[in-house]
This record gives sequence, C-alpha cells and structure tokens, in this order.
Amino acid sequence: MAASMRLLLRRVIRLSHRYNNVTAAGVSARSGCCWGPSTCRCFSDVAGDRSTHFGFETVPETEKAKRVYKVFENVAQKYDTMNDVMSLGIHRLWKDMLLHAMHPQPGARLLDVAGGTGDISFRFLEYVRSQQERQKRRTVRSMQTPSSQDISNNYFTEDEDTSQESRAVVCDINKEMLNVGRKRADSMGISAGLSWVVGNAEELPFDDDQFDIYTIAFGIRNVTHIDQALQEALRVLKPGGRFMCLEFSKVTNPVLARIYDAYSFQMIPVLGEVIAGDWKSYQYLVESIRKFPDQEEFKHMIEDAGFYCVTYNNLTSGVVALHSGFKL
Amino acid sequence: MRISVHIISTMWLYAGRLFQWLNQRQYVLISKAVCAHQVHSSSTGFTDSCYNGLYPGHIHTTPIQKAMLAVGSGVAALHDPYRHDMVAVLGEATGHLALINLRDKMRNDPEGYTILKERPRIRLSTLDLSEMASLPDGSFGREYLRFLEDNDVTPDSRANVRFVDDEELAYVMQRYREVHDLLHTLLGMPTNMLGEVAVKWFEAAQTGLPMCALGAVLGPLRLSTSRLKLLFTSLGPWALRNGHRARCVLSIFYERRWAQSIEDLRQELNIEPPPVTVRATEKRNT
Repeated sequence: MAASMRLLLRRVIRLSHRYNNVTAAGVSARSGCCWGPSTCRCFSDVAGDRSTHFGFETVPETEKAKRVYKVFENVAQKYDTMNDVMSLGIHRLWKDMLLHAMHPQPGARLLDVAGGTGDISFRFLEYVRSQQERQKRRTVRSMQTPSSQDISNNYFTEDEDTSQESRAVVCDINKEMLNVGRKRADSMGISAGLSWVVGNAEELPFDDDQFDIYTIAFGIRNVTHIDQALQEALRVLKPGGRFMCLEFSKVTNPVLARIYDAYSFQMIPVLGEVIAGDWKSYQYLVESIRKFPDQEEFKHMIEDAGFYCVTYNNLTSGVVALHSGFKL
Repeated sequence: MRISVHIISTMWLYAGRLFQWLNQRQYVLISKAVCAHQVHSSSTGFTDSCYNGLYPGHIHTTPIQKAMLAVGSGVAALHDPYRHDMVAVLGEATGHLALINLRDKMRNDPEGYTILKERPRIRLSTLDLSEMASLPDGSFGREYLRFLEDNDVTPDSRANVRFVDDEELAYVMQRYREVHDLLHTLLGMPTNMLGEVAVKWFEAAQTGLPMCALGAVLGPLRLSTSRLKLLFTSLGPWALRNGHRARCVLSIFYERRWAQSIEDLRQELNIEPPPVTVRATEKRNT
C-alpha cells in the first residue's frame, strides 16, 4: 500500500517537473524545438491517439518499430565503422567501462539485448576468460608444491568448469545487425558460449529468471515502449540479477552541451552521408538522443519497473550515462 | 585591465552569437519541418507523400554542412570511384553558381523554357521502349536504346537531388543527371573509363559544374598510357571544342525527338561526330 502510494507520488512529481521544464523561462533553442512535439505527444496520449516520436517527427506507434527496423537494416554494414568515426573511438572506452562496472565472474549468464553487432558480448566473454585465467593462476600460485594427486584433481575440475562456463546471448530485433555480428564473431574466432537470437525487447523470447546480467547498450532509446522493455528485463533476470543500461543522455556541462549539439546536428549526418550513404538514418540517431529522458527521469523509470538500488554514472560529462539496477 | 576584460567579453559575445547563428538555422528548419509534418500526420499513413523541405527528398543543409559534404564526398569519390552517390553529392554541394547559369540559359531558350515549365523526367516508366525499338536505325531513340543495351545501363539508376536549396535549380540538376546518358549517345561514347572521361570533358566545358571539372581533371589519372594518348590528342580537344560551341544540351526536349535522325540532331546542336570510335567492348579488355 505504502509502496504504491510512493510510486504514485513519484509519478505526479515527475509529471509536474516535465511541465515545469517546458514552461521554464530559460528554455534554450534546443529544448525549444523539442517543446512542440513533446506537448503534442502528451495531448495525443490523453486523447488515445497512440502516436510517439521518431526523432523529431511524430509517428503512429505501430509505425515506429518498422521505421527503426529500416534504419538499422540500412546502417548495419557500416555500423561499426560509423561508431568509430562518430565517437572518435570513444565508444570503445564506454563499453569497456560498462564491463568494468559489471565485473562479471566466470559462470555468469549475460543477456545482451539490442546487442546487434555483439560489442558487449565479445567484451564479456573476453573479460570472463581473463578472470578465469587469473583465478587459475592464483590457484596455481597458492599451491606451492602440488602433489601428483592434486595436479590430477585440478585437471578434472577444469573439465567441470567448462560445463558451467559463462554464456552470452545476443538478442536483437534486426536480423541484419545479427548477421553482421555473427560474421564478426567468426572472423574473431569467438564461438564458445555465444548465441544469437532474434527477439523484441518488449517481448523477450525467454523464460522467467534466466539471466544473471541484462545489458542494453545504445538500444533502449529505439524501443517504442521503454517501460515494457524494463518490465521484460525484470522478468528474465534471476533474483539478484543486475540490469545495466548504457545510453546517450543529457550533457551536464552547458558549454560542452553547445559543442555537442553543434557536432551532433552539423557533423554526424554529413558523416553518415559520406561514409554510409545515409543521411536520414543518422539524422534520426541524433534526434532520438534528444528525445530520450534524462538521467534522473530514466532512473525513476527503472525504479518504477521494480528494480532496486538504481544508480547512474555519467560518462564523458553526461554524453553517455550508465544506469544500473538490481532485481531483489 | 578593464578594457581587456571588456574586449574579451565582447569577443565571447560575438563567438556565442556566431555559434548560435550557425546552429539556429538548423533548429529553425527542424522545428519548421516538424510543424509541417504534424499538420499531415493527423491523416494516417501519409508519411511518405508529405515531405519536409522544398521538394520531395530535399534535406536542409547549413553552409558549413555543404562545405563538409563537398570535401567528404570528394574524398570518398576519389577513394572509391564506384560510389556514384558521392559524385552526385559533390555535384550538388558545389554546383550552385553553375546551376544558376544553366537555368538562365534554359530560360532564354524557348525549348529550354518549355522544359522548365513541364519538368519532364526520363525513366523507364515514362519511356515507351517498344515504340523506340521499332524506330529506324540511325534515329535518336533507336541509338539510345542500343546504347542502353550495349552498356547494360538503365535510366533509373540516377540518384535524386537532395542538397540543392532551390526547387527549380534542383530540377535543373536532376535534368542534367538524366541527360547524361543521352549525351553518351549523342557523343557516341561508351560507359568505360575513357568514354566517361570524354563525356566529362564535354560536360565541364558545357555546364561549368565544378564536379565535372574535377572529374575531367582526375579521371585521366586512372587511364592507361595508350588511352591517355588518345584522350589528349584527339578525343579531349574534340570534346572541349564541342562543349564550348554546342547549344545548351539541357535545353533540348529529347522526349519529343526520338524519331529524329541522330545526325540531324547533332547538326542542330552543333556537335561534330566523334573523331575516333571507342567501343563498349574496351571495358572488358581492361
């Protein structure tokens, strides 16, 4: 009873914050142009129109998923190259920081939603493997003078370990992205413990209580119903499991925000056109970043879904935020 | 001390204003685009037919973006000459003055003026291929069809214009692209590298588009020595000479001249027949 009252109160406060932000006197040009569509969305939701944002456009909800699918189908081949060029390689650092915060132990099961080309999963398997090697080295070092019996025992336990080894499942709604990911895995020689599944984040094709860690990196802003995706995340995680989300967010520093906006709107579509031959998809990308809720609001959304100990860390002054929550 | 603080603060003020101006246009355009779209999105399922911009497919770009597009597409096109979309973008980003010049030439010509009014487009859906095939040999339509078959091309492979900020100039650019294949036919040049370079020299002299000039200068770098010799001794001077003296090729209503004999058309346009026959099969011999 108290919990639901708390939830209701939090929702009311959040709604009032949103209206306050919209009518605040110091509205900058950036949020000024977002103002139109977002209030219209509020009204249309009230009227039961079921429309949502696709970048700065307003589209019917049923259409958004299709258009997002087409965007990623178009960019799949050049996705990784474009990531490197657009972020000047910094996206690798962000993903490394996600893994560092995750600190997975051998035997962990990862579900990487919107995993597409497999960046997170590859890093996960790499990390777990290096953890395993470190543990092995530690056990070897601790056994100063192993007898032949000890050595043969360890030999057998190694085999047992492989049956409990960590597994990463890459789940993505887009087959093209998964194809690119699979090719990358083949060329990198990673196959053990990796599986590729086509699935919708709003309706995951997995049973309850399956995974230790759920990650969604740079994918949740493309989901039509974020709250549904969060609820599915809660469902498929084991109790004690961790939800981690890496996503573009609001830059905290105002000077950097201006530079970031200029770079996003001026440079990125041009890069998309020159490298991938697709201006519109990258225009959608930078617009969808602006439409995604900021760090605090997203944190509340995660809490609403039922996660506990929800925290976030800003990376690169808020260009990217790493949210984390636990299912208890 | 106070004066230097004052100078620094005014500098920041101007820098901030410049920044704002550079960004403002983009945001104003975005919000305008959104409003235009919201009017339409109330009627379901019309997201494709309604467009943001001056014409279908138009994308607003700031001057800085055009400059970056020009440089980027130039590099990309040099790096991979099969990226025709990059050549197209380069043409659009750099061709503003030349397009104005071309449009004025078209306006001053009665046939060109008709084209600007009626806006014909050359694509498979508008061409009557069976009728063109039944035309006699030596007629323009028949030779054009032969060119399409010999070189295995289709008129539908031309990209749509996106970055030109004037609707009429965008049509002129589109017309230029669609007339390119017809120029191949008129000049008797195949679509191999030598033929393309020869046509580019002609177009550079005719239209003055920077993209054509760039293609004309850099294209020969990929030719073998024997073909380079051919280009510089006979084909090149012929192309340049004819480019200058020919009537504006965009001002011809080709769609109404399929039955006309090709020699007749060449004479009307003031184009000499090619001095050397360049065969399409040369492409396979590379």
